[in-house]
Amino acid sequence: MSTYISLSYFDVALASVFIIINGLISIAFKLGLAQKLFFVSLRMAAQLFLVGLLLNWIFTLSSPWLTAGVALAMGLFAGREIWARQDKRLAGVWGYGIGTGAMMFSGMLVAVVALSAMIEPQPWWSPRYALPLFGMILGNTMTGVSLALDNITTMADRERTAIEARLMLGMTRWQAMLPFVRRSLRAGFMPIINAMAAMGIVALPGMMTGQILSGVAPQEAVKYQILIMLLIGGATGLGVIGATLASTYRLTDDRHRLRLDMLEQK
Amino acid sequence: MAGDKSKQNRTSQSQPALLKINNLKTPLFGPLNLSVAAGECVAIRGKSGAGKSIFLRAIADLDPNEGEVTLNGKNRNTMPANEWRRKVMLLPAESGWWADRVGEHFENTDNIDDLLEALSLPADIVTWLVRRLSTGERQRLGIARALALKPKILLMDEPTAALDPQVTNNVETLMRQQLANGVGIVLITHDPDQGRRLGDRRLLLEDGALVVERNTPDSEGQQP
Repeated sequence: MSTYISLSYFDVALASVFIIINGLISIAFKLGLAQKLFFVSLRMAAQLFLVGLLLNWIFTLSSPWLTAGVALAMGLFAGREIWARQDKRLAGVWGYGIGTGAMMFSGMLVAVVALSAMIEPQPWWSPRYALPLFGMILGNTMTGVSLALDNITTMADRERTAIEARLMLGMTRWQAMLPFVRRSLRAGFMPIINAMAAMGIVALPGMMTGQILSGVAPQEAVKYQILIMLLIGGATGLGVIGATLASTYRLTDDRHRLRLDMLEQK
Repeated sequence: MAGDKSKQNRTSQSQPALLKINNLKTPLFGPLNLSVAAGECVAIRGKSGAGKSIFLRAIADLDPNEGEVTLNGKNRNTMPANEWRRKVMLLPAESGWWADRVGEHFENTDNIDDLLEALSLPADIVTWLVRRLSTGERQRLGIARALALKPKILLMDEPTAALDPQVTNNVETLMRQQLANGVGIVLITHDPDQGRRLGDRRLLLEDGALVVERNTPDSEGQQP
């Protein structure tokens, strides 16, 4: 079952036809998405080409420090994405730090445990396993954390009257924020819950499909996929909870006040 | 006026302060001093933007502020802010709502029938949807929700702004009951007549300072 089919660059270019159709629709209806779609597609392709080259090099060198450095760089970059996706964000270093910190902490924790106790490559940090694994965990955690953060900051701003009404009635900052913390957690968990629910029925996941396409037996690919989904779910959850609670802490103070002045003033 | 007579019975100058505010200031106003005795209503007027609402928020410790504020001689900094706000209750001009049904906004809906009745609200209003409420109903429910917690001080920001004269009268009656029970009230009102009806003392917030309101012909408002 090792029938791997290599793609030509022409095949790859052909796949962009549908994105171009989307762009044309956007132009026709003045949706203002064409430019964004064009640049993000280009950017995606360039990023992947570069990362292909980079991975080749890293796998060849196989150094623990280099692996750690690349993982760190991935985390910092994902953190910037989280930061950029928030409409209202915490001012200063907190706007970047909370999302990045929560995501990196949960992602690293889950990846290290998975590598050293479940997948167990030799050595455990082997970049061939560590980086793709960390990347998958990070990508999903990033989505969850950015949704949750966007939610909590936007909600704190928009629901100020309601939150302060709860404070005025004698609630602590945590009690006052609870309904909004809950909503943010739900928003952060939603993509991974949807993904898990749809897994195998609506969608065959990318990694599993990739393994099957490269000749791995489906039941082996499935085991990997289940493991990965559980890891992603766990890391996303930890990241979302950490980021939401840290933001709530930052958006309030020890005299149980709502501090919208902690948000970036636009 | 009937109100004036009950006012005189309510307060005497010698009463010790229930709420005492010393040098309260925020970046926007102050320092301000004020003391409110048990059963006393202090009515404050002032132009829009004079900082009246911010003053009440600062007393409730809802915004960062400096100064000493005590209740019965106890400094608010010696207790958690949530405990402080339960005793020194702020009723903002705009009430906030966070759940679908009215009842969910009350800590306990068992003993509020009298309150609702006093505010001309039907007893089953607790089952209503918040989005169905009129502005006036919201304002009165905001009052009921706060009074149900039995605060010692009420900081009321335009409590009857959205109400018709009949219902305003009901709210004022309820406020007089609170005063008779020893609750202190700081009332912000645009209505000089309301200030005269309820205020044991009437103050003006002007240029960042509280001054005693004089009975100018303008503020006296001749009755037709």
